[in-house]
Amino acid sequence: MLAQAPRRVAITGLGVIASCGIGLDAFFEGLARPIGTEERRVEDFDPAEYLDAKEARQTDRFAQFSLASAEMALADAGRVDTDPVRSGVIYATGVGGLATLQEQMGVLIEKGPRRVSPRLVPMMMANAGAAAISMRFGWRGPCETVVTACASGTHAIGNAYRLIATGRCDAVLTGGAEAAITPIGGQVAIGPAAFANMTALSTSGMSRPYDVRRDGFVIAEGAGCLVLEELEHARARGARIYGEVLGAASTADAHHITAPSPGGEGAVACMEIALEDAGLVPGDIAHINGHGTSTPLNDLAEAQAIEKVFATPGFLSPPVTSIKGVTGHSLGAAGAIEAVAVALTLERGLIPPTVGLEELDPEIHLDVVTGAPRPFTPGPVLSNSFGFGGHNGCLVIGPEGN
Amino acid sequence: MADETYDKFRNCAVEVLQVAPEKVTLEARFEQDLEADSLDLVEFVMALEEAFDITVEESELEGVETVGQAYELVTAKI
Repeated sequence: MLAQAPRRVAITGLGVIASCGIGLDAFFEGLARPIGTEERRVEDFDPAEYLDAKEARQTDRFAQFSLASAEMALADAGRVDTDPVRSGVIYATGVGGLATLQEQMGVLIEKGPRRVSPRLVPMMMANAGAAAISMRFGWRGPCETVVTACASGTHAIGNAYRLIATGRCDAVLTGGAEAAITPIGGQVAIGPAAFANMTALSTSGMSRPYDVRRDGFVIAEGAGCLVLEELEHARARGARIYGEVLGAASTADAHHITAPSPGGEGAVACMEIALEDAGLVPGDIAHINGHGTSTPLNDLAEAQAIEKVFATPGFLSPPVTSIKGVTGHSLGAAGAIEAVAVALTLERGLIPPTVGLEELDPEIHLDVVTGAPRPFTPGPVLSNSFGFGGHNGCLVIGPEGN
Repeated sequence: MADETYDKFRNCAVEVLQVAPEKVTLEARFEQDLEADSLDLVEFVMALEEAFDITVEESELEGVETVGQAYELVTAKI
């Protein structure tokens, strides 16, 4: 029996909310701009542009980001017009409505259990973003949330790609959102306090991926959303196609709750499986959008893993960049924001630089893009994400093929 | 005095239900006229308990469909 030809998956819409810019142009231009030591808040986000007053009051900021990014991505995609039951939402977050939870914990302690908001559960639950998206647009296929810490966004896109490739869906709204740095009633946010105490955050406040002086990540908020669509469907309606998701992979380190496995063993496996899924060999990869968080452990393990998979005599690696020098680390949104960056890298033929990197760690043997954006002839791009818990996620995104 | 009480009551409705003050009339029905679902009502009652320092049991809310009925329930307790 002949296997059915695999369905191909196009990227036809993008939406992004990041501290360096809301919307595609502002975001991509912002990726090359130097930045200070502040937490990466999205100061310009106005929920009133996307939600009415009652909705905004009943929706945690992370789900507001989810809705807004989906709204932008669908507007960018034009009329997708797929059967609602074959239209899915796979949308990620790392921690969900943490600010709402912190606020209501305060109410519980100050005023007792009878004053805890009946909206707490629907506002804090990690799937609130995905649910809000499906309700707003009437997409009634699979609607799920992926929670794998800092790999969440990448895993969501991988799962969404699979739903289309295997025939269950014709379109999926996918991505991730995070908003875990909102101070509540004069109290600092609990998220950054916790990350600081586990020594994951940069004490200098500088995000400098792969730099010898890197000392931790700078925490961020934001969201990224992609419209994935079955390629022939997208072509038939004359959609603008940013590229194709060619492959995806997910592996676990099974090693330690926060530290990567030595030599990035789990990451090596993930990159190799993603390449195999895409039907490619390492030499086909034209660029790597790295996880590059600016933590001492992650960046070294990732670099060693990339070296293992890609280095050949006389060749370091495909050009690697980490946009986290600018964006900071937005946890469950990071992989989705980076996938948006990859789609724009393909569209514009420019690799954004690793801002903040001044002196490459001598133990890191990679061709890291620094300074100005580097011109790039579009080819398959690998995007990496690694999360606490030992979760590894990789995507291969390439220009539209024949 | 009654006006002051109603103002306070109405402010709770405006804040929780995010409706225009003029829509909060005694005849207004929560579900049909103010688009309030069951969670909105729980939140509204909580705001009233807080504002008027009263306690409203869940069983007392049965059959309460209009703003006027809710207002009566509150005024009987203060």
